[in-house]
Amino acid sequence: MSNHSNRAVRHIVLNEGLIFEKSSPGKRAFDLPPLDVPAADARKALGESHRREGVEGFPEVSEIEVLRHFTRLSTWNYAIDLGMYPLGSCTMKYNPRVNEHVARLAGIATEHPYQPQELSQGCLKVLQLLEKCLLEITGMDVVTLQPAAGAQGELTGLLLIRAYQEKHGNPRKRVLIPDSAHGTNPATAVIAGYEVHNIKSDAAGQIDMAHLREHVTSDVAALMLTNPSTLGIFEQQIPQIAEILHAQGALLYMDGANMNALTGVTRPGDLGVDVMHLNLHKTFSTPHGGGGPGAGPVAMKKALEPFLPVPVLVEKEGGRLTLDFHRKESIGKVKAFNGNFGVLVRALAYILAYGPGIRQATEDAVLNANYIRKGLEGTYDLPYTRPSMHEVVFSDAIQKKNGVNTMDIAKRLIDYGFHPYTTAFPLIVPGALMIEPTESESKKECDLIIDAMKSIAEEAKTSPELVRTAPHNTRIRRLDEVGAARKPVLRWKPAEKQSKAAD
Amino acid sequence: MRYLPKSPAEREEMLAAIGAKSIEELFSTIPEAYRLKEPLNLPPAMSEAEVIAYFQQRASENSVGYTSYLGAGVYNHLRSVVTDTILQRGEFLTSYTPYQAEISQGTLQAIFEFQTLMCQLTGQEVANASMYDGSTATTEAVLMAERLTNRRRVLIARSVHPEYRDVLKTYAKNSGLRVEEIGFTTAGTLDTKGLEASLKDDVCAVAVQSPNFFGAIETLAPLADAAHRSGALLVVAVTEGVSLGIVKPPSEADIVAMEGQSFGLAPSYGGPFVGVIASRGKFVRQMPGRLAGETTDLEGRRGFVLTLATREQHIRREKATSNICTNQALCALAATVHLTLLGKEGLRELAEQNLSKAQFALQELEKIPGVRRTFSAPFFNEFTVELSRSVKMVNAALLKEKIVGPFVLGTAYPELTKHALVCVTETTPRSEIERFAAAVKHTLEQSL
Amino acid sequence: MAYPNEFRYTKEHEWISAKDDMATIGITDYAQHELGDVVFAELPAAGSKVTAGKTFGTVESVKAVSEIYAPVSGEVVAANPELHNKPETINSDPHGAGWLIKVKLTKPIEVNSLMDAAAYEAYIAEKQKEASA
Repeated sequence: MSNHSNRAVRHIVLNEGLIFEKSSPGKRAFDLPPLDVPAADARKALGESHRREGVEGFPEVSEIEVLRHFTRLSTWNYAIDLGMYPLGSCTMKYNPRVNEHVARLAGIATEHPYQPQELSQGCLKVLQLLEKCLLEITGMDVVTLQPAAGAQGELTGLLLIRAYQEKHGNPRKRVLIPDSAHGTNPATAVIAGYEVHNIKSDAAGQIDMAHLREHVTSDVAALMLTNPSTLGIFEQQIPQIAEILHAQGALLYMDGANMNALTGVTRPGDLGVDVMHLNLHKTFSTPHGGGGPGAGPVAMKKALEPFLPVPVLVEKEGGRLTLDFHRKESIGKVKAFNGNFGVLVRALAYILAYGPGIRQATEDAVLNANYIRKGLEGTYDLPYTRPSMHEVVFSDAIQKKNGVNTMDIAKRLIDYGFHPYTTAFPLIVPGALMIEPTESESKKECDLIIDAMKSIAEEAKTSPELVRTAPHNTRIRRLDEVGAARKPVLRWKPAEKQSKAAD
Repeated sequence: MRYLPKSPAEREEMLAAIGAKSIEELFSTIPEAYRLKEPLNLPPAMSEAEVIAYFQQRASENSVGYTSYLGAGVYNHLRSVVTDTILQRGEFLTSYTPYQAEISQGTLQAIFEFQTLMCQLTGQEVANASMYDGSTATTEAVLMAERLTNRRRVLIARSVHPEYRDVLKTYAKNSGLRVEEIGFTTAGTLDTKGLEASLKDDVCAVAVQSPNFFGAIETLAPLADAAHRSGALLVVAVTEGVSLGIVKPPSEADIVAMEGQSFGLAPSYGGPFVGVIASRGKFVRQMPGRLAGETTDLEGRRGFVLTLATREQHIRREKATSNICTNQALCALAATVHLTLLGKEGLRELAEQNLSKAQFALQELEKIPGVRRTFSAPFFNEFTVELSRSVKMVNAALLKEKIVGPFVLGTAYPELTKHALVCVTETTPRSEIERFAAAVKHTLEQSL
Repeated sequence: MAYPNEFRYTKEHEWISAKDDMATIGITDYAQHELGDVVFAELPAAGSKVTAGKTFGTVESVKAVSEIYAPVSGEVVAANPELHNKPETINSDPHGAGWLIKVKLTKPIEVNSLMDAAAYEAYIAEKQKEASA
């Protein structure tokens, strides 16, 4: 490795078994205050339903053991707090700590969704301000904050489209989806009761307009478009795409996962998008937490307002805010209560910190991606040469000649102290390397990843076996995924033969 | 801006390296007419202190200093500070979905432990890494039953949480699934006669909640028998997981859908929470969401990976078991830490305290003329009473005493005109319960 | 691996070995190689019908799912019981012990319109050329 890679060094990391393996009857980690009412006779109160014994197999450990257990586990993870995640379309940006602080305030974290609305005006004001900001950012007319994640936002969006089409006399049968789309798009379309038809991308990685024209019929409810596409390329024809769809009474849905390339620079509403979702855990900095929680608000044009999911935030006279549950044409509820409120709080805190200067984040994101693209052009194959926005997609075509593929390169990048980029997606680029640095990376960090990737390309030529068997320096080497799928072991069981614990 | 690690000079250097004269050039693919010329009209940028001040202001406009008797799917429980200490570790908070197993073993092992705890609690053989919440978990459990049986009708108890039923109906509308409701008896539990009458060989699932929305605990064995005899599956929803510390787990169920909010998650005005799906082992390939499995690495060490991914959207696309991608991993971690802190004895004791507090509250309320217990079935920490006056009116009076009164059942069950759902947990001191009963008594007397 | 002469083959890489109105169906060596390590096979139960050209099951690796298309129409007599515990048999012996289903043919003549071993080998040679182009 080159000198720059002092970034990744060896270090003692402690091992740890399963919490159940540290358990011993009689240990306790948490005490309750004493009961101040008469103890109920559980057998009398519950009869046949009484669970006499405690939960079998539940751990019994002390507080220090719990703390050490999870602290040790945490040291085995990579995280944004440690370094870059160049994962394409994930937008792994800095998760500001003040967001965590405000989400935990008494009076914010403690509120019950069914408490009287006159005691919830603070919460409702938070929702209202976030709605206003998201509408300004997207250029849309109305927004719902209910969906719990991007995929749920997509479903909500498609249900809104269905309701709109039904109102216009025909729900229609099909949704068009580009072949470069994220897997949630077709999965969601099916759940919404539509057939999926794949639209080809052209040689430049954009929607094939001729193919599109051919397939937009009066049987098509909508096109689900990601913009910029999953190739990181702006869909230049988007206003024309909108026209073609609208001429046939179809709607344009935008998957907003890549909003980090657009915020403050352009607005999907202005471009002709009818409805879209946002991923607050991407563009708006709420933490990924190892896989959620997220939030997937859906913003739309006025025509779709009647179908909003309930409840809908409404301002009454005197500025009093209320939640309206009775909407005649609503698509219904997509999730209990009020959406992932705690996540919404964090997103608002992020927007408030930036203010109108939020455009700078977008500019830095696009700057970083193009800087890395320039640094790696020539070393890695670039299948689509149109300008990149916030992410760039290379392929492993050059390295494949030595039997080294994108997965191998990604695993070797781990040894250099980075999280891998997105491998093997989008599907239209065989052997893809999808890199999105986000605006949270310094020039130095970008230089380090360029160096690392160049070094790996060199290794692919001179010592391919090293790359193919990476990572070498992690606590755990490559894991047997085949065995895990053939004979799934999905839980610990008591009195089981202990498998050989990590050395 | 403090979140952006670039100096103006560095931006210039990078532009030069790219060969662009200005940042505008990098946006040239956006048609000129659509590029914004003015900054967005957002509130002015705030310093850290100002962000905090904004939210403190909002917090002061909410329910500070009130005692609450609300449950109805969201429960106030003690939370250890240790849970947040763990959750706030950057390696958990700011890490990604564990697709790259070698550098995500912390997350993966924690998920494996979560899956185990959920199986132990529910008496089921396999549990996934989380769904969004109890309402979507219940919906996905029904859809799972639909796939497993290839039948298009579901019978769901009216005593399942009203919002859970609403969510199911929203999802069912487009899958051709017919949702029919079965009523409840004077005991507060499922009308089994009504169930038998509706059970035909086109039913994929019988769905109940226990303890149900009225707080009543269902007897599951006969329901499971009835369902299985007609080839349907039994889906059981659990909104108050702490009940499983003292109530028999729903092991007769084929699929359990649970809300895990009670395990260390603040009410947070309705979310984020954590949904759980657990089922019999043989159904695992139809289970939605992520699964962490145990395996070994090249050198024989134990490790964990996401597995059976072919069920999921990123591989199966149109044919996936669900469209779920991001779930509630950090919330599942909170539940895992919380339950580990409570441990076997702690959970049992916590459940006993809840049971005792609720029993005491009912006793105190039943002393009041004008208050009557409604349902005879056993209950855990929630129960239904009927008042001699409208619950809304009583709650309005309670509010003046800084008491947030019980859930007004009439809003979801029109026939339960004067009925209230009272929830009492370990967090409500005896003195408060007595004060609450006194206030109810006073209000009912006043209106005579 | 050689492609048995007695078998017939489809463009979706299934093989069929027929005698009178009974046939055994599996996936070819080319298919198992493309798929990688097989972790699971989803097969129809005895008694179910299969229709020529329609899918009757799937074979899964860790990262992909392959639909299996029926080369002919008929009724399933048996699904390979060994694959439940040892799906890897499809990789190690795709033309023998890794068979998927046995069917009773409704139209035995359908077999004749399928490719023979030579035609199949030419077909995959063409595919391999395309892939490395």
